[in-house]
Amino acid sequence: MSSLQNYLLLSALLFAIGLAGALTRRNAILVLIGIELMLNAANLNFIAFWRFGPHPEALTGIMFTLFTIAVAAAEAAVGLAIILAAYRHHRTTDLDQMDSLKH
Amino acid sequence: MTPAFLILAAIAVAGTAAAMALRNPIHCILALTAGLTGIAALYLQLGAQFAGLTQLMVYVGAVAILAVFAIMMTHRPSSTQRETYSLTGPAIAAALFAVLAWAICHTTTSAQPLPPEPSATVQQIGDALMHHFVLPLEIIGLLLTAALIGAVVIAMDPTKDQSKEPQ
Repeated sequence: MSSLQNYLLLSALLFAIGLAGALTRRNAILVLIGIELMLNAANLNFIAFWRFGPHPEALTGIMFTLFTIAVAAAEAAVGLAIILAAYRHHRTTDLDQMDSLKH
Repeated sequence: MTPAFLILAAIAVAGTAAAMALRNPIHCILALTAGLTGIAALYLQLGAQFAGLTQLMVYVGAVAILAVFAIMMTHRPSSTQRETYSLTGPAIAAALFAVLAWAICHTTTSAQPLPPEPSATVQQIGDALMHHFVLPLEIIGLLLTAALIGAVVIAMDPTKDQSKEPQ
């Protein structure tokens, strides 16, 4: 097994952990954190393929990772703002109780 | 498989698994910072210094703090006790991991064990950002501006806003 496959396996494990959290947790903030973890697993894949790929001088993997980090940061900011706005309506962040879009 | 990789992978997996399994949300964020630091260290180990330090600044520095603030603004001690876990989510995740691991293990990669370390200095990254990737850079800047303004607008309390206007 090559060293690239170790990184791919680790990334798949991190993705599975994030998916399990996003599917299981009831706190909306922790679901958002689970989605961030899945994005991080994809980033690790980009970096690993950049490192072991044939053309590392093109820097494509690093660029993709930087742009993904920026999009994930924007997603976290907007997501947490939406959770705060929903908390003001429902007085809870429990996803089982936040089951309606209107009041 | 080097010892450095094993140690960093153990930190990353243990931190993220604890972040998704602990009951107290604040403890979850604390474990999450440990896991994200492990992932950033893996980037550094792979030779992507700039990406690793960006990961450290954005995730450990900004996103974790943001999440802690959101939890402190919405946390009620009674709401954490009730959290029960179903087995469906972990079962789906385990099945997905099994499929991915099977696919990864049965793929023959042409990659040699460890190619010579490619150079990715900050100057090279800046050159690439300013020449080849200048349009994505501008779009990301626009996206971040729109997202931050949108976050402020969404999180603003409309009832408090109106009560101040008559003065």
